[in-house]
Amino acid sequence: MNDWVIELEDIRKTYRMGEVDVNALAGVDLRVQRSDVLAIMGPSGSGKSTLMNIIGCLDRPTSGTYHLDGKTVSELKDDSLAEIRNRKVGFVFQSFNLLGRSTATANVELPLRYSGMNRGRRERAQEVLRLVGLEERMMHRPMELSGGQQQRVAIARALVNKPAIILADEPTGNLDSRSGAEILDLLIKLNRDSGVTLIIVTHDPGVAARAHRTIRLKDGCIEEDYVSDAKPA
Amino acid sequence: MFLTQNLLEALESLTSNKLRSGLTMLGIVIGVGAVIAMLSVGQGATATISGSISSIGTNLIFVIGSTNEEVTIRRPLTLEDASAIGDPLNAPSILATSVLYQLSRIKVSASGETVTMVVTAVTPSYDEIRNLEMADGEFISDVHMNGRASVAILGVTTAEKLFGTSEGLIGETVRIQGQPFRIIGIQASKGGSGFSDSDDVLYVPYTTAVSRLAQRSGEAPNRVDMIVASAVTASAVPDASEEIKQILRVRHHTEVGKDDFTLMTQEDFLSLTSQIMGVLTIFLGGIAAISLLVGGIGIMNIMLVSVTERTREIGLRKALGARRRDILIQFLTESATLSVFGGLIGIALGAGLAFLVGQIATATGNAFTPVVGIDSVLLATLFSAAVGLFFGIYPASRAAGLEPVEALRYE
Repeated sequence: MNDWVIELEDIRKTYRMGEVDVNALAGVDLRVQRSDVLAIMGPSGSGKSTLMNIIGCLDRPTSGTYHLDGKTVSELKDDSLAEIRNRKVGFVFQSFNLLGRSTATANVELPLRYSGMNRGRRERAQEVLRLVGLEERMMHRPMELSGGQQQRVAIARALVNKPAIILADEPTGNLDSRSGAEILDLLIKLNRDSGVTLIIVTHDPGVAARAHRTIRLKDGCIEEDYVSDAKPA
Repeated sequence: MFLTQNLLEALESLTSNKLRSGLTMLGIVIGVGAVIAMLSVGQGATATISGSISSIGTNLIFVIGSTNEEVTIRRPLTLEDASAIGDPLNAPSILATSVLYQLSRIKVSASGETVTMVVTAVTPSYDEIRNLEMADGEFISDVHMNGRASVAILGVTTAEKLFGTSEGLIGETVRIQGQPFRIIGIQASKGGSGFSDSDDVLYVPYTTAVSRLAQRSGEAPNRVDMIVASAVTASAVPDASEEIKQILRVRHHTEVGKDDFTLMTQEDFLSLTSQIMGVLTIFLGGIAAISLLVGGIGIMNIMLVSVTERTREIGLRKALGARRRDILIQFLTESATLSVFGGLIGIALGAGLAFLVGQIATATGNAFTPVVGIDSVLLATLFSAAVGLFFGIYPASRAAGLEPVEALRYE
């Protein structure tokens, strides 16, 4: 019955700051159900970013084990982690992080290039751009797009390799409230249509309220883990 | 496929900052331009010099005093040495001989004009041996030689300097060191090839020069600067050389291995030329290599700046699944593209420069054609690509080694 896409066991992350060891994560256990919508909240310094980096395979834990989509990734080398990020994780950043010189299509194609796909990249990229409602803007550069449209390109880029999870770090943080709401609607719609697990890191309680499950971090530990009774919105 | 994608992306990135890319390329442009210009001018000059050496005649042997500094006892070459070599009984492979004795800084005047020049004293067969043709009059004969006649042969340039014309001068008088000499011949123009004007000459009989013009005291009588011998055929040159050596060794009583004379054949001149050109090429190549090195350091510097500027982009690419290798290739492609483009522009610039040098040389009467060889073009292209790759390695590996978390956080 339970299909865990993410399994974290006793994850710890220690940074050395000069003479002192700082425990950014002090033993986190977390399991995330496939196709769930999870919000991660917490004040700055709570270990929120560190947890996101580990879930996104951008960083390795100091100790503990991490299974992502059935694979143990806590021990992998850099290049294998790159491959996992490429195949299993889609990132959506607060500041969009698009390549300014490239068109929307080229931006969306980028992950496909790194996965070694030679044929049909363009078609796949444009298919996803249509999915996020940008069929009119496929050959535009980021400068020629509004913030909301840029974030849609970023979402298309996150989706293009059919990842197991989408990791959105404050996805509405740089948007006005209307485009923010639209982006959130889009993410949740994509979750419902394709079953991709959605993890949103946010400060905004309004955003967190849209999630099915919310965890709150404090001092490197999960302080609160709350599942809303309602069906995922 | 992957390569073209990388190339396109590199071009996109380089054209997004045209001024910077252009300035960075400039080092390579100048370096490669210098290499190409120097190589092609050098090749052209070598071809011209080889050509003029070949035109001297393939069967000539020049004998001069020894250039070996270990030989301490030296007897000068004399007119008698030349006669001995010219004797067909002694040297069957030799057709004819002549001597050459040059007097420098001699004042020559006529019709109010005075020039200071080199006067060349020769024996009668010199014109045949050197293929000199007379435009007017005749060359020095045995009669002039034996009678120590005060006669002179002028080159076209000399004639024009002194008389303003080279026509109708037979029978006119030139004063050499104040003494009157009758003009008996004008040498036909040999054209302005080579580095010295072969039409700016004045020949007098050897005997006349020794008795009237030479003021060198304490020298052996009948001393000459050079003996020129022609072999019966071009293939007889080695035999003729051997005969000359035997005759001179006997006449000069030289010890074994201590010849006080040196033989030069056309072959020797050609190999000497190519030796000099080889040294010159290495020297110029060294200068070019230094400017390429400087250009390469410029590329490295700009690539390092570019890596720092694009830290976030690198972080993003890593987040999207770029491996170390992908980032490495991306930045190496950029630096190689930069330097190869610089190289191509440099080749065009160098070829243009060489063409210009050729035009100037032709305009000043020393016609030679610069040769832009396919080998030097290939070499320059490969070399500039190598410079780009070599100096791109450090910045690229720095980019590839960035931690994705750190890079994404970079402001």
